[in-house]
Amino acid sequence: MSTTDPTIARVGGDTPTPAAASAVSDRASRRASIEEAVLPPLVALLLAAVVGDVLILSFGQSPGAVYRLLVDGTWGNAYGFGQVLYKATTLVFTGLAVALGLRAGLFNIGAESQLAAGGFCAAIVGLLLPVGIPSLLCLPIYILAAALGGGVVGAVPGVLKARFGAHEVIVTIMLNFIVLALLNYLTSTRLHVPDTLHTAEIGSGVLPRVSDVVPSFQGSAANATILLALLAMIALWWFLFRTRRGFELRAVGLQPHAAEYAGVHVGSVTWRALSISGAIAGIGGLNYVLGYKHYYEEGFATGAGFLGIAVALVGRSHPIGIGLAALLFATLSQGGLAVNALVPKQMVDVLQAVVILAVATSVPEVRRLLRGARRSAER
Amino acid sequence: MADPSASTAPTPAIRLRDIVKSFGPVQANRGAELEVARGEIHALVGENGAGKSTLMRVLAGMYAPNSGQMAVNGRDVTGWSTADAIAAGVGMVHQHFMLVPTLTVAENVVLGSELTRGPVLDRAAAERAVRELSERTGLVVPPHALVRELSVGQAQRVEILKTLYRGAKILVLDEPTAVLSPPEVQELWTVLRALRDQGDTIVLITHKLDEVIDISETITVMRAGRTVARMPTAGTTPQAIARAMVGRDVALALDADYAGVPAVQQLGAVPALLEVRELSVSSAAGHPVVRNVEFSIAPGEILGIAGVEGNGQTELIEAIAGLRAATGTIALGGRDLMPLDVRRRGDAGLSHIPEDRHERALVLDYSVAENLVLGQQHRFTRGAALDTGRILAHARALITHYDIRPPDAALPARALSGGNQQKIVVAREMSRDFKVLLAAQPTRGVDVGAIEFIHARLREARDQGKAVLLVSADLAEVLALSDRVAVMYGGRIVALLPRSDASPETLGPYMTGAERAA
Repeated sequence: MSTTDPTIARVGGDTPTPAAASAVSDRASRRASIEEAVLPPLVALLLAAVVGDVLILSFGQSPGAVYRLLVDGTWGNAYGFGQVLYKATTLVFTGLAVALGLRAGLFNIGAESQLAAGGFCAAIVGLLLPVGIPSLLCLPIYILAAALGGGVVGAVPGVLKARFGAHEVIVTIMLNFIVLALLNYLTSTRLHVPDTLHTAEIGSGVLPRVSDVVPSFQGSAANATILLALLAMIALWWFLFRTRRGFELRAVGLQPHAAEYAGVHVGSVTWRALSISGAIAGIGGLNYVLGYKHYYEEGFATGAGFLGIAVALVGRSHPIGIGLAALLFATLSQGGLAVNALVPKQMVDVLQAVVILAVATSVPEVRRLLRGARRSAER
Repeated sequence: MADPSASTAPTPAIRLRDIVKSFGPVQANRGAELEVARGEIHALVGENGAGKSTLMRVLAGMYAPNSGQMAVNGRDVTGWSTADAIAAGVGMVHQHFMLVPTLTVAENVVLGSELTRGPVLDRAAAERAVRELSERTGLVVPPHALVRELSVGQAQRVEILKTLYRGAKILVLDEPTAVLSPPEVQELWTVLRALRDQGDTIVLITHKLDEVIDISETITVMRAGRTVARMPTAGTTPQAIARAMVGRDVALALDADYAGVPAVQQLGAVPALLEVRELSVSSAAGHPVVRNVEFSIAPGEILGIAGVEGNGQTELIEAIAGLRAATGTIALGGRDLMPLDVRRRGDAGLSHIPEDRHERALVLDYSVAENLVLGQQHRFTRGAALDTGRILAHARALITHYDIRPPDAALPARALSGGNQQKIVVAREMSRDFKVLLAAQPTRGVDVGAIEFIHARLREARDQGKAVLLVSADLAEVLALSDRVAVMYGGRIVALLPRSDASPETLGPYMTGAERAA
């Protein structure tokens, strides 16, 4: 490791003058850091809107009409809004999962299979539980099962990285294939209801839907898992920014050598972070299994794990940002169905891609990861 | 003040007028001036952050100035490119080598302007060219050796050869002696004087004032982005230069300042606070980097380790701190440290100022307050949560006591100057409950004022009966602070002398490995 002063590259040989630093007041620096956090996603959105306009015009449609349709079909009515909430709920979990990894300097690409494993384990437990137990009693058991399912899938790359230095990106990508194939095998050969690709329905502890309370949400899949997602956001915020473990985890992500110096065992933070990350993604599986269909089905949330990466990046790995980003991506994906009458719904995929690309090239998390990858490649 | 009109010399080699260069809100140069006569060795001095390197990068075409005029040999070259600068014979030797370790010396020298025979690199011609250049300049390096096998001093010669090979007649060297032992510095001086005698112009960026006196003919002093003084070297003193650099009188770390063995230690027969026996460390590749090192430090004693960087000092310190696997024994006040991890060693009374401020000692994106508890975060908790109230109170007290500027606990450490960042580290490590202090390069890259402050704190720790292990590449610093001086070479302690027997002359041969004792 060289002792190169990172500011050398930036400011040219000498650190910024104290005069410049002292001119920066506390409030100004906080405003700057908020701007730093909020600006890239906003610019990304603007860019996506421009690209969207061009695409819509190329289909001979009016952008105004298409966007109006998109809004009407999502936030414009209770059903559409319910669907947005439902999709956002899953994305909050996978987004938080990826964000926890990013905060520790780890890129968890495995939320896809961790989510599936969490849902699968919850469904199995549901099949084993006797019928008629009150929901509130079952819920902790389900959460534990889902967390365990996702957590184990997350722990594998964590332990491999901590023990042998295996790169978590490779391991999580490969595990996605293995775990999804395994779950599909178990479902389609052992557990499925004949002629379907899903398990039998669970008997106890299903969560109430929003439509049980607000009838106008009739038909939408939004359910009480939303509350779990909110709780998870608060819990992760508290953990990351208020606890000693969170302080140490973020230090590992920012500067592993400094964390080591501060008495942190980088290896154990690594495997713990990836395990917890997997567990959070796993709990996301409850949204479908416990809140919507009440069984495990092959591919119940295809893409939600990968989209979680985008949510975490656009949300700047901050729980509040992740909540907003999850709503954004849920809106786009639900809105794709709504605008299908005027333009192909894949247009929305393009918009998502533009947002992701624009944010990914501008956020420091990605730059840091790339730097880390380059460093380990040099070694 | 600089007064360009005062120079009556013919066309100067370099004339920079009123250069302004800013990076976002940071103004690195705010009206800098530099005038260098042809065929002289010119020292450009100033504190960290004074804008020396920026000014030289402007000269080398790496940055375009926001305003100001640049002339080289009388020609207006304002805002030229690096290619223009090279073509006009201006070459820069950087502080951090830009060499390809897996290529040979000759290949590195010709890289970018290769001699070819058809599509094939003409290796023989390259080696011949390098050998000729070597002989002419006195920069001797084996042309076919791989760069990764060279010593730091040799690598630097390659760096200079590379610049000369491209036809540089104006040579800018950025802190060239930071990595050299005293004899290597003398060799470099010989080479630079020879180049000057052949008509080359040399600008030397440095902050070591004795070097300035030693080698330069004219001195330009910069402070806070401006040129504040230009003087002939003959007739000036280090104190005068330091005053111009800082803007006030400062106590310089001169080895003559050493105040003598403190009373605590003269009692004799005090049990050692830090005891290191048969300590060995291997590199990741399995090579021994610290070999069988033994020493002990008494309460109220500073043991200084001198030596050229890269001779095992870093590994020695990290092994004692628990950051690196090692064999042997380390005892603190009689307690075996080997089975303890980093945190427990800290709790046992070990304090550590690491040499790498930006990678190890600070989390740059964390606030000043958070950095002031780094490594002791487990002492500032309430249940699982951090006790932010106590962390802030702790920060406010230390910011006042150690005069950390700006006095804002919420600012990220990154926003502070190098000297103030180092004050955070020093404040944190000196305010914890400790018996033994490891201080590695405690004043690297900090300004003269902060050096004075940090030295005072180290002496204070010594006077309170702590044991201090000081590692510094700056021999003057080792001699100014230490009660005993050890020299590390090739992973071994090759000399261990009482302060009274240590001087640059006696230590030099050990630092180059020419001599061994101990």
